[in-house]
Amino acid sequence: MDKPFNNRAWFLVLPVFALVAFSAILPLMTVVNYSVQDTFGSNVFFWAGTDWYVQLLNSERFHQALGRQLMFSAIVLIIQIPLGVVIALCMPRKGWGVPVCLVLMALPLLIPWNVVGTIWQVFGRGDIGLLGYTLNRMGFSYNYVNDVGDAWLTIIAMDVWHWTSLVVLLAYAGLRSIPEAYYHAAQIDGASRWSVFRLIQLPKMKHVLIIAVLLRFMDSFMIYTEPFVLTGGGPGNSTTFLSIDLVKLALGQFDLGPAAAMSIVYFLVILLLSWVFYTVMTNDPDRQGGAA
Amino acid sequence: MEGFAQSFAWMAWTWQTATFFATIILILIGMTVWETVSPSGERLGVLRITTTRGDRLFISLLGAAYIHLAWLGLIGPDVPLYWATLISFVYALGVFRWV
Repeated sequence: MDKPFNNRAWFLVLPVFALVAFSAILPLMTVVNYSVQDTFGSNVFFWAGTDWYVQLLNSERFHQALGRQLMFSAIVLIIQIPLGVVIALCMPRKGWGVPVCLVLMALPLLIPWNVVGTIWQVFGRGDIGLLGYTLNRMGFSYNYVNDVGDAWLTIIAMDVWHWTSLVVLLAYAGLRSIPEAYYHAAQIDGASRWSVFRLIQLPKMKHVLIIAVLLRFMDSFMIYTEPFVLTGGGPGNSTTFLSIDLVKLALGQFDLGPAAAMSIVYFLVILLLSWVFYTVMTNDPDRQGGAA
Repeated sequence: MEGFAQSFAWMAWTWQTATFFATIILILIGMTVWETVSPSGERLGVLRITTTRGDRLFISLLGAAYIHLAWLGLIGPDVPLYWATLISFVYALGVFRWV
């Protein structure tokens, strides 16, 4: 049997594995340990079994936070992926415009999360914020502090502003990797702009778009700082996403057991959805595998 | 040995969770040995996705986690949880056979 791989190469992964073990695997194991116990501090624990999981899975508060989180991620993906691709398609492919566009696109990504939240908090204020003041002067009753719809719109606009650039840069990198010969061939065949996009650009961007969808999904599903700074989870609990709820539970109420159970469920949801996204986007049913 | 155990005391170990992780590690070692002794390729299963043996283990473990959560959420702790473990085991056998 031909073996194109040398399995000894796996030893090269050992340093990364050691790093991941200390930064991710050991903390995750600790969270599992916490999730089946209760503590009142001083590192003294009492066995609680599956109580926290049962409590969590029947909690209305958890269901609502999960629903909000899923809805937020879905909206963000639906807006950012097509918008990022369209902007990447509009960007110049040569000349001085390329570095200018790349720098402009990279700028929002360089701003820390809490600063983005603060920028939008001021930007949206009805009295001194450019956005809030302008909208109110135009006759819209905009107030992201009291109105649920306005709060959601502001958080989504903020996320789109902050993270669409990432999709743009990834899509642009995918577009730049397409050899000119493909475009020449399409030109000779008299292909329309739509056909060039559908048959050349989109398939060639597939891999970077998979990365973009996964990164944006995981990031939006774990979003914490920006909505926390902007709305603090309000009005009411209308923008309390899972991450905000988790921090309230773990650090606000210091309920480490229930918070650990929630973390595990949160982790499993991210793991499942990421796997589904990855499998659906990379699956090619025409490719027949060998025997098991 | 006691010093080694002490250095991990902050992780709040219980024998139940230690058994759980030991089982996972043993499964991973077992799968590595199995793959070394009898290498497998990819195959197309009933889900119409190509999977390796490792993928099928991942699907089994992830599914087992959800089966246990569903059991706790829908049926509750009054009926023993080992039924969920048994269902997970049957599910894993199905995944390894057909997926």
